[in-house]
Amino acid sequence: MTDILRRHRLLTVTGAIVLLLVLLGSFPIIPETKQAVVVRFGKPVRIYNMYKPGRPIGTAGAGINWRIPFAEQLVWIDKRVQDVDMQRQQVLSTDQRRLQVDAFARYRIIDPTLMYIRAGNEEQLTEQLRPILGSEVRNELGRIEFAALLTPERQGIMDSVRTSLNRIARQYGVEIIDVRIKRTDLPDGAPLAAAFDRMRTAREQEARSIQAQGAKQAAIIRAEADAEAAQTYAASFGKDPSFYDFYRAMQSYRTTFIPNGQDKLAPTTIVLSPQNDYLKEFTGRGPGK
Amino acid sequence: MMTISGWGGRVRGLFTDTKGPWGQGGGDGGDPPADEGPGGPWGEPPRRGRRPSLGAGNVSALEELLRRSRARFGGNGGGLPGRPNRSLILWGLIGFVLIWLVFTSTHSISPGQRGVVTQLGRYSRTLGPGVGFTLPSPIERVKKLDVEKIQSIDLGSSGADDLMLTGDQNLIDLAYSVRWNVRTPELYLFQMAQPDETIREVAESAMRAVVSQVTLNDAMGDRRAEIEAQAAQNMQRILDSYRSGIQVQGIAIKQADPPDAVNDAFKQVTAAQQQAQSYINSANAYSLQLRQKAQGEATAFDKVYEQYRLAPEVTRRRMYYETMEQVLSNVDKTIIEAPGVTPYLPLPEVKKQRQPEEPQQ
Repeated sequence: MTDILRRHRLLTVTGAIVLLLVLLGSFPIIPETKQAVVVRFGKPVRIYNMYKPGRPIGTAGAGINWRIPFAEQLVWIDKRVQDVDMQRQQVLSTDQRRLQVDAFARYRIIDPTLMYIRAGNEEQLTEQLRPILGSEVRNELGRIEFAALLTPERQGIMDSVRTSLNRIARQYGVEIIDVRIKRTDLPDGAPLAAAFDRMRTAREQEARSIQAQGAKQAAIIRAEADAEAAQTYAASFGKDPSFYDFYRAMQSYRTTFIPNGQDKLAPTTIVLSPQNDYLKEFTGRGPGK
Repeated sequence: MMTISGWGGRVRGLFTDTKGPWGQGGGDGGDPPADEGPGGPWGEPPRRGRRPSLGAGNVSALEELLRRSRARFGGNGGGLPGRPNRSLILWGLIGFVLIWLVFTSTHSISPGQRGVVTQLGRYSRTLGPGVGFTLPSPIERVKKLDVEKIQSIDLGSSGADDLMLTGDQNLIDLAYSVRWNVRTPELYLFQMAQPDETIREVAESAMRAVVSQVTLNDAMGDRRAEIEAQAAQNMQRILDSYRSGIQVQGIAIKQADPPDAVNDAFKQVTAAQQQAQSYINSANAYSLQLRQKAQGEATAFDKVYEQYRLAPEVTRRRMYYETMEQVLSNVDKTIIEAPGVTPYLPLPEVKKQRQPEEPQQ
């Protein structure tokens, strides 16, 4: 009797636990970061915590919800802004310049049902979005010149990539929030080397021009000084040219013939004629010529 | 110290259900249970007291022990040997639940933190600093986030792989750091799938966009502050458009250098600037010198000329004689009467004749 009771109790306990589990399973807790598609025998019937633009966090959707046990399954789909990175790829601009471009797109799943039907899960969605992003970026960038990438126009280009990507992404229930170029690089090898060469030669040119400019300025300064000195001399000496001639000659004789003690000049011999002006008194000729 | 001989006693001891497994301290392995029986976890003191009266009858003591044990436990139907355990477990459970309730429903939030409360997964409210109360754990959960703490991400580094294109199609090696903190904790937690990665990518994108619109010289030179500000502003705008709840505090450019490959050429420019400056400096020195000299000489001439004008002839003669005197007193002089002789005079001979005399004078 007790045995039967005990076995019965065991059965009851087991039954209660199973029931509890089923009950718990029937009231799934939806976290704030997820959307849940309720699938009844493979057919989506309801969505919990669906993203609605502009609705503040915590107002509706997330939290405790219900489902029919066994018949309905939940498919979890992220509600947050997600990221898809484009593989680094080469883009050819209209002026035939090659460019390595990295881009990324931010998206949000706004229609979980569509996304579940068309893509299945998030990994597959990313796998499908990535090549589309790549080709859109390539198409748009292939339509402009290299230089335009380095202007504010760049964001406009990205906006048009976003628009066209969004058109495709909508088919998956996805909204593209933003497409951005992360990096634009010159491809390794010849283009990079050429850029380096250009930079180097530009700098060399700059260096030379700076040097030449310095030399030019220096020459001007010297010439100005020369001119000013000449002017000073002329203003002074011009008062009496003949006296200047005499004065300067006297100066010159001193510098030429008198050893200044610094450098050893060869001894000079001067041969004078008695007719020399200096010796005119020597011969007793008296004053005057 | 468990010996083989001790096993028998040990096994019996286990059957009595009063004995702990480590009660085998005794040396005479034959009948240890009598000695060691009371060592069990639930052992009662009375038996210990009784032991001496048992005398030599070890076997009877064992039987007595068994009987007592059966009396104690057997009455309860033997199938539930853990009744005392059960109440203890119950109390333990109650205690655990109480502690659980206390610990999971009060939360101390430090001044730089916010506690984001989710009620069954759904965002409910954000707790400010201080002590906050919530429902206990499975119902409400609190995620603490540092909001005041400014975090920093370093981006860009040396290495040819990380060059940026500038507006004039040059390359620059830029390293910078982004400082940010969480502005709205619930947005930060629930809006972005990978917030940190997002910040990194957005920072890179914003910085490159700004740098691609300035020239290399600007990026390396005095417009750095402007670039930093603009990149930070762009970043904030993008992050706001994601509703990420992130506040960009600022971007700091740590290094803006030309790529290693062309660094030498950039040094040449600096060298050229130095060179040009030195040209100008020496020209300036020359200029100063020349002007001073001209002025000095002109003034000297002017002074003499003033005097000369007062007495031209005398001054002229005086200057002439003075000069000639100085000149001729220092040179060899030869005065020749006949003009025709001059070319044939052996001047070196004259000089030689004079030389020996000199030391003596």
